Amino acid sequence: MSERRTGELVRTSTVDPDHHTRLPHYARGKTGVVVGEDGVHPLADLSAQGVHRPQQVYLVRFTARELFGHGDHSVTLSLWEDYLSDE
Amino acid sequence: MSDDHDDSPIAARVRELEAALEEKGLLDAQELDRALEAFTNRASPANGYRVVARAWTDEAFKARLLENANEALPELGLSMGGGLQVQRLLVVENTESVHNVIVCTLCSCYPLSLLGPSPTWYKSPAYRSKVVSHPREVLEQFGLTLPAGTEIRVWDANAETRYMVLPRRPEGTEHLSEEELAARVTRNGLIGTAAV
Repeated sequence: MSERRTGELVRTSTVDPDHHTRLPHYARGKTGVVVGEDGVHPLADLSAQGVHRPQQVYLVRFTARELFGHGDHSVTLSLWEDYLSDE
Repeated sequence: MSDDHDDSPIAARVRELEAALEEKGLLDAQELDRALEAFTNRASPANGYRVVARAWTDEAFKARLLENANEALPELGLSMGGGLQVQRLLVVENTESVHNVIVCTLCSCYPLSLLGPSPTWYKSPAYRSKVVSHPREVLEQFGLTLPAGTEIRVWDANAETRYMVLPRRPEGTEHLSEEELAARVTRNGLIGTAAV
């Protein structure tokens, strides 16, 4: 797994899983920028299924326009590497 | 836990688990009550008020707090521990040009040890859904009108990290002591739904 850098653009997964996840609906399939790392934590999706798999988490910032099509604010989320792909 | 008769499935499961652990002699009910009581007694927004007042009066502390809050908190005898694990705290600073507001859109994650139990509205679906998409309108409903040029940053505590807002120090408070400043801070100020 390659380490992502601050300033890097990433795209979030569009998958809508039928199990627990901590990638909120409103942030799926969106492009954001990595603004920092957020530690290594067990991937919540797997933890909910009893599987312990720690993975790097990143702070990713999105513009409101990207998320909602309007607004001039930003929203920052903590996202596991599994939720992200290169933009 | 002992006197709370919540009927939700998770509460029922916790009660059953607690009873099973007690039956097997793995858990002392009184010990659990004492631990919960000790935690909730320490968990108060007064902790957050003290952190803010120190940051307002000590630039070096403020720099350490913004850089690594978990390392700075013990200077005031505080920590993000007490629950199941020590959680990372990010303190986000309001400035003349940036206003921060925190939410957990997935449930109601909140820095309990520093801010105490969260207000009911923080857990409401209305706040959780609307503050991410229309923060300016939500803040206005709280009575906070920000200048058009102020950048609003919403922080979704959707995973492991918890957030606390460092509000701007009110004007005309240069003469106040750290204790007096702490008394000026409000819980909503620490969430970002009010200025101080």
